[in-house]
Amino acid sequence: MSGAATFQGDGRPAGPPRVLVSMSGGVDSSVAAALLVEQGCDVTGVHLKLADTPANAMVQGKGCCTVADADDARRVAEVLGIPFYVWDFVEEFQQAVVADFAAEYARGHTPNPCARCNEQVKVVGLLARARALGFDALATGHYARVVDGRLYRAADPAKDQSYVLYMLGPSELAHLRLPVGELTKPEVRAIAARLGLRTAAKPESYDVCFIPDGDTAGWLERRFGRQPGAVVDSAGQVLGSHQGAYRYTVGQRRGLGIAAPTPRYVLRVEPASRQVVVGERSELAVRTVELERASTTDGRGLRAGPARVRLRAHGDEVGCEVVPLGDGRARLDLDEPYGAVAPGQAGVLYDGDLVLGGGTVTAQVHDPVPGG
Amino acid sequence: MPYLDYAASAPLRPEALAAMLPFLEQPVANPSSQHGPGRAARGAVETAREQVAALVGAAPSQVVFTSGGTEADNLAVKGTVLAREPGARYLVASAVEHHAVLDAAESAVADLGGELTLAPVDQTGRVDLAGLEASLRPGRTALVALMAANNEVGTAQPVAEAAALARRAGAVLLCDAVQAAGTPGLDLDAVGADLVALAAHKLGGPTGVGALVVRQGLDLRPLVHGGGQERGLRSGTLPVAALAGFGAAAAVALPERAAHAPRVARLRGRLLAGLRAAEPALTVNGNPTGGLDQRDGSLGGSLPGLLSVRFPGRRAEDLLLLLDRAGVACSAGSACASGAVTASHVLLAMGRTPSEARETIRFSLGWGSTEADVDDAVDAVGRALAVLPARPSQAAAAHAGGAG
Repeated sequence: MSGAATFQGDGRPAGPPRVLVSMSGGVDSSVAAALLVEQGCDVTGVHLKLADTPANAMVQGKGCCTVADADDARRVAEVLGIPFYVWDFVEEFQQAVVADFAAEYARGHTPNPCARCNEQVKVVGLLARARALGFDALATGHYARVVDGRLYRAADPAKDQSYVLYMLGPSELAHLRLPVGELTKPEVRAIAARLGLRTAAKPESYDVCFIPDGDTAGWLERRFGRQPGAVVDSAGQVLGSHQGAYRYTVGQRRGLGIAAPTPRYVLRVEPASRQVVVGERSELAVRTVELERASTTDGRGLRAGPARVRLRAHGDEVGCEVVPLGDGRARLDLDEPYGAVAPGQAGVLYDGDLVLGGGTVTAQVHDPVPGG
Repeated sequence: MPYLDYAASAPLRPEALAAMLPFLEQPVANPSSQHGPGRAARGAVETAREQVAALVGAAPSQVVFTSGGTEADNLAVKGTVLAREPGARYLVASAVEHHAVLDAAESAVADLGGELTLAPVDQTGRVDLAGLEASLRPGRTALVALMAANNEVGTAQPVAEAAALARRAGAVLLCDAVQAAGTPGLDLDAVGADLVALAAHKLGGPTGVGALVVRQGLDLRPLVHGGGQERGLRSGTLPVAALAGFGAAAAVALPERAAHAPRVARLRGRLLAGLRAAEPALTVNGNPTGGLDQRDGSLGGSLPGLLSVRFPGRRAEDLLLLLDRAGVACSAGSACASGAVTASHVLLAMGRTPSEARETIRFSLGWGSTEADVDDAVDAVGRALAVLPARPSQAAAAHAGGAG
């Protein structure tokens, strides 16, 4: 922590670090808050209201940020004896995450809304607000580690969320605390149970939080209407039809509505011509990927050299050679063909457990015909 | 710990606590029971009924106890609509009514047919009587709702004039007097309201009780059925202790009213002067400060203890956090179900933009407020403003985070 921790708002002398913890109402951020309290920090809880959800329904969506989640977070804060507030981020979330999510699909991309949300709202946006209010640090329930101002994978590889935090730079990491990153999920639940927190056994939320029924295609259709087009092969031969190119993601196999002797996969989505291009599994493989809006966690810009890259939230990693192109762009020459890379997803670069940085996948060069 | 949030809930008056304790410490019978202990409990309820009736100049038989102001508003709106023929279920409400009125009215017309028309207000939040009159459908409008004074900005409403307009159109007038019943007060005959909603905890009584005062002979249907208490208009065993506290709070509020109104108005004047010194750019919501009465500090035509101010460029959420950490309790204009500060429908109806509405803080004073509370709050606001840089606008802030 740099500098004396002063909180001008109440005129009190410098004391323990003042930490604002973002409490979603789930078990991870509940335990993050609890651990900071145990460490002796001066902790304040805040719950971000990200959507206007109906308050009267006892049966609510499974996504986050329902009124019930705010109530759970509030109760945990009360049990921990820390002040708690709810902040309205509906407008920011709608603009920066939901609208962006739809726009990316309209471009034929497959966005990662969690990365976008962390970048614009939950981490970077909230940290700026916390600092303006005199807090020394922001804490979240993300599974990743910050050590000496650098970002590392979580101790629990099954829960690692470093992939959605790659965009953080040194100015953010210096003030970010991720208390559960050293723990496994069962350890986190055990701590919550020991402290009697009501979120201890709360189920995980996996879905996109603003699409609680998990039906992304239906959500996009309600937004864009039906946009029928053709399913074609890479030679342009029409194989079938579809109701909206936004319903398809690179690598997708189901729901193509075509009969073929061998499985067909989406190779590309071309919104302008409303074409969905499909092909054999072998045609999916890529050798080269381009990133845009690339950044590094040390703030020094991408450097040429070897790294490991993850191109999907739960995908395998592959070795690559980073070739900076300037202007926040970079080319990654993959060591071996990698299947199904969707534009819009994050490409995150690692050196062991250290997160080097990353960017948004913008273009890909397919592997030449196998054996060619 | 300065508490400046009386409009949300006033601290329990010692007299109310003293009146309640016997009914909490000793066995209390059901006030409907036909035995000695039952009669004793009923006696306490009827004492409270007389005290509450006296507060608004009503007869005790006109008082129907409810679970609070919200239920009183719901009973008034839905009970009136249910009593009317399907073709005569039109409702008119000022755009700045409490959600207990607006949402009850929306629900009533959605479920039972009819239509809700919102009467516009001016920049100070005062209803436009010509607009209200134009909204009336003679013979078909069932109810007009106009609060005595607004809970967010304090503006007093021309209830007597609206009642006369409503009567001429064959409608009843509901006056939500939850904020105004204590100070400055409301007299049933003088305003000519048919229905008046009250809440105990705004007077310094306990939460969980309120009343609807009903004009004799008015046709009203119950929403809660059961044992037929409250002359069939609100079934349910009466909460004796809470009603004793309600009655005691009313009994104290009535005689102190004359001295209390100028006292809290002076405190409000002191608060406003202090806040202005800390932030010359602040603006006052409600009746214009140009009308500030230097003699008693009142803003004229408003709740004397309520001050709604906007700090340009400062989010209410941020100020509330810093004030809370400094031990000062006050509120933003409006909160949603999750507890977040939202743009108040009252301020929007008054022509404020959503971002202006989200820069508004409500301070409210009451029976226990002191000069020290006001001075401490002013100091805390000054320190909070020093921490928070003024922002150009909400829109700019939404993107201030930037990319990492």
